[in-house]
Amino acid sequence: MSDRTIDRVAQATPVRVARKIRGLSDRAIAWIFISPTIFLLLAINIFPLIWTIQLSFTNYKANRIGREVKDVGLRNYERILTDTDTWLNMQATAHFLFWTIFFQVLIGFTLAWLINKKFKGNDLWTTIIVLPMMLSPAVVGNFWKFLYQPQIGLFNYIVSWFTGKEPSSFEMLGSVTLAPWAIVIVDTWMWTPFVMLICLAGLRSIPDYIYEAAEIDRASKLRQFFTITIPMVLPFLMLAVLFRGIENFKMFDLVVQLTGGGPGSVTELTSINLKREAFEKWRTGYASAYAIILFVTVFGLASIYVKALNKVKQR
Amino acid sequence: MTYFKLASASAMVLAATTLSTRANAEDLTLCWAAWDPANALVELSKEFEAESGHTMNFEFVPWPNFADRMLNELNSGGKLCDLLIGDSQWIGGGAENGHYVKLNDFFDAEGISMDDFAPATVYAYSTWPKGTPNYYALPAMGDANGWFYRKDWFEDPEIQAAYKDATGQDLREPQSQKELLQIAQFFQGREIDGKTVYGAAIFTERGSEGITMGVTGALYPWGFKYENTPGSYDMEGAVNSPEAVEALEFYKEFYETATPPGYTNSYMGESLDAFKSGQVAMAMNWFAFFPGLYADPNTGGDKIDFFVNPPQNQPGSTLGGQGISVVSYSDKQDAALEYIKWFAQPEVQAKWWELGGYSAHNSVLEDPGFVDSQPFAGDFLEAMAGVQDFWQEPAYAELLLAMQKRIHDYVVADQGTAQEALDLLIEDWTEVFEDEGKL
Amino acid sequence: MSSFSVTEPSNRSKWIAGALVIGYALITMIPLVWILLTGFKSPADAISYPPKVVFEPTLEGYVNLFTTRTRQTQEFLDANPPQNWADEIVRQYDMVIVGPSKFGERFMNSVIIGFGSTFLSIFLGTLAAYAFSRFKVPLKDDLLFFILSTRMMPPVAVAIPIFLMFRNLGLSDTHLGMILLYTGVNISLAVWLLKGFIDEIPREYEEAALIDGYTRFQAFYKVVLPQAATGIASTAIFCLIFAWNEYAFAVLLTSANAQTAPPFIPTIIGIGGLDWPAVAAGATIFLIPVMIFTILMRKHLLRGITFGAVRK
Repeated sequence: MSDRTIDRVAQATPVRVARKIRGLSDRAIAWIFISPTIFLLLAINIFPLIWTIQLSFTNYKANRIGREVKDVGLRNYERILTDTDTWLNMQATAHFLFWTIFFQVLIGFTLAWLINKKFKGNDLWTTIIVLPMMLSPAVVGNFWKFLYQPQIGLFNYIVSWFTGKEPSSFEMLGSVTLAPWAIVIVDTWMWTPFVMLICLAGLRSIPDYIYEAAEIDRASKLRQFFTITIPMVLPFLMLAVLFRGIENFKMFDLVVQLTGGGPGSVTELTSINLKREAFEKWRTGYASAYAIILFVTVFGLASIYVKALNKVKQR
Repeated sequence: MTYFKLASASAMVLAATTLSTRANAEDLTLCWAAWDPANALVELSKEFEAESGHTMNFEFVPWPNFADRMLNELNSGGKLCDLLIGDSQWIGGGAENGHYVKLNDFFDAEGISMDDFAPATVYAYSTWPKGTPNYYALPAMGDANGWFYRKDWFEDPEIQAAYKDATGQDLREPQSQKELLQIAQFFQGREIDGKTVYGAAIFTERGSEGITMGVTGALYPWGFKYENTPGSYDMEGAVNSPEAVEALEFYKEFYETATPPGYTNSYMGESLDAFKSGQVAMAMNWFAFFPGLYADPNTGGDKIDFFVNPPQNQPGSTLGGQGISVVSYSDKQDAALEYIKWFAQPEVQAKWWELGGYSAHNSVLEDPGFVDSQPFAGDFLEAMAGVQDFWQEPAYAELLLAMQKRIHDYVVADQGTAQEALDLLIEDWTEVFEDEGKL
Repeated sequence: MSSFSVTEPSNRSKWIAGALVIGYALITMIPLVWILLTGFKSPADAISYPPKVVFEPTLEGYVNLFTTRTRQTQEFLDANPPQNWADEIVRQYDMVIVGPSKFGERFMNSVIIGFGSTFLSIFLGTLAAYAFSRFKVPLKDDLLFFILSTRMMPPVAVAIPIFLMFRNLGLSDTHLGMILLYTGVNISLAVWLLKGFIDEIPREYEEAALIDGYTRFQAFYKVVLPQAATGIASTAIFCLIFAWNEYAFAVLLTSANAQTAPPFIPTIIGIGGLDWPAVAAGATIFLIPVMIFTILMRKHLLRGITFGAVRK
């Protein structure tokens, strides 16, 4: 609907002020404004992506200059998809994605809801809570590894202080059962503020008169929460989930610094494995195929998700 | 004869000096890992700058990124480094992919003989294919994995008595791997000075090369071999020999019963931290760190001593260390070669050792005063006599990462048996060699 | 004192909310405070077992962060008394300061690349967002989704071609190359955020300006830009946070010339092993610029996050 207005404006103005725009039509301006962005995206994203697709059908190794490059067809894809390790990595990634998003949404929304009560000094505390996401993930991973150290780190001592458990009796990063949770904790610590900010924006976008109307109808607070607050914030929440999902699917610097994929391979996320294949083993062709598989997965999931998001928005 | 040699040598140095003053002064960049010995090299190189008129720049990359960053640089044909002190396993790739300049003609022309360097270091750091007289590097930094321990605890009469009670033996520097474990288990969980201490810090790192470098410290003394016949890539029965299985089980037992909690992903830095914070009685690490450890104000000096990786069925230590190579993409190869020539001189090598670098030059190692020059000097000689290295194939990184995964899965994540881990490792390695066209 | 507004929470619920939020903030601060404290510990205190909460503060970490040092012989130390307090600190390890470390350079690289790419992202992003918001662009929705989709690519997926491409164009390890790269990564976010803001600015303002005789360009920067200032500020925060902290590309594509601080900080080596106080000092100093930037712009932060996409 509103698009029509733009069109009307866009088409109508040149007639009226044609002399003043030095011969540039709106369409020309539009392209002048958009093309640098498109060009940059083509150069930095699309061109390399096409190159990657092409490499994924070869046995190319970027570290072996003299080696003959052979076309291997779909063999790389076949090898990846039939490798049980790939599926283990996918599982580790799914665990990481699900639980980080779960906790971040839960805590992030609760915090936003509390902050929206507008208690005194909420502005200051919001700024403080946001601080962890300003740090570099590599630095965070590195430092949390230090914090998780059972002997010299702080984490186990704090847990021990609350639970009475011996500090050196458990290893957050070294135990097969705890390590997947250790990385979830760090990511949640770092990125909950992000979800919180989005939720807060959503809460503040709800006009007061809706609550006022509900109050007149004598709707209970609980009912207001479920019939007004939640539905109105939902699009924001879903957007937060989309962004966190995309970012965490790609994320590797934090976990590489924390666990290096260990113990064994229990925190070997797909992004870590991809980096190993591409820049440590230098199996460029194989890694390219792996990258394409990951990209298609995210792209597919995100497209479905964005459709759902649009539906929610239109309600 | 000696006089003549000396005269001709000094004439050559003279010629080189005049030559270099005539040549343009260059800005050379030397790349290496960022660690203690690198600082010593900066110090040492000041003399070269003064003599040659060239300026030396240094690019030191921390260990965790060193291989990634430098191999990246080489693979992209980068001109950042004129000289590179690259890890020993890179030599195959460096030679086969043409990253390193072949040095044979230069050595011949300048009268640098590889016979002047310790044979193990020449074999490991300089030659490709292994053991052939094709040289791509000059041994720069000898290194091996060794051990250090709390001498003050070992000499404490009470602790000694307790050890005697517990084991019936005297507490001493371990003479075998099993004794090493026994001592470590003795210290595990013991109260010393009001703190709980642990046996030993060992390498268990997952991401780069840590656990492989640690576990080979057990595999080699047990008699582990990579191939039945060298060069055949025939690994069945060698890699998974009964001795290898036993050694791997030993390392797992060591990890489970004699290391401090939380040392599940630890390498050089963590091993040093564990020792310096007083958590462990013993720790493994590269000899390169020993001068720094000895000088540490809290746990160095009288409190520390060193020993070579103990033998079991045979002596064996894991090789570290690097050779110095000229990067073939450099525009300043002549000046870079001049540096190597300067570095190979016995006097410079002697100074190198004095400053904390591990010279591999015979004139230094065979000097009668060498063994007593540092508390770890004798151990170093002994270690270098029994070193073995990992594969140095151009595909070494793939081979290494496969081993990292299989060993970490078994030792730390407790999956499968030692036999299965080694069987799977052979499968992984076979696949790599097939891709390489070597099988 | 009861409020008449039904949407205003009661004092009691405010108090509880405040207590809970402050409680969370305090817990979340622990690691940050620990980083800050570690920066003022001596290396031995930093790795003490059990961890020390009370310790004697020292600036050693900061000295180690900013200087390179070398071990010297006793004779040299005796002959050359310490020149200043920093020198004094390193003397206890029989060392002397020989020059500045690379941290200053790395930090400056981060400033140049971080702010440079933020500026470029905002500049290009505003233009594109304006065009998408105001003009009829063929395949608009597809183009917008295309722009967003570039954000989904794992960096490693394109890293190899970018690596080869940069090498051929001579952009490896240059400030320009990194600025372009980060702009390429950030621009999708910038376009989406800014389009939301510009959509909200009533078109009537520009129409009036156009009728008053402004050209499109004039209308754009005299009317639209000032109105969009808030959105630009908050978009800038997000672009800066990313570019400032990015690690994967930085570690692969930069070394001597253009390396930024994130790959550098976690790897500051002391005498044998990581120098934790120096690492912590580096992390602290590195946090300060974005922190100040965020505090200055905090009023706009919330608006930025609305992601116009949701509003439409």
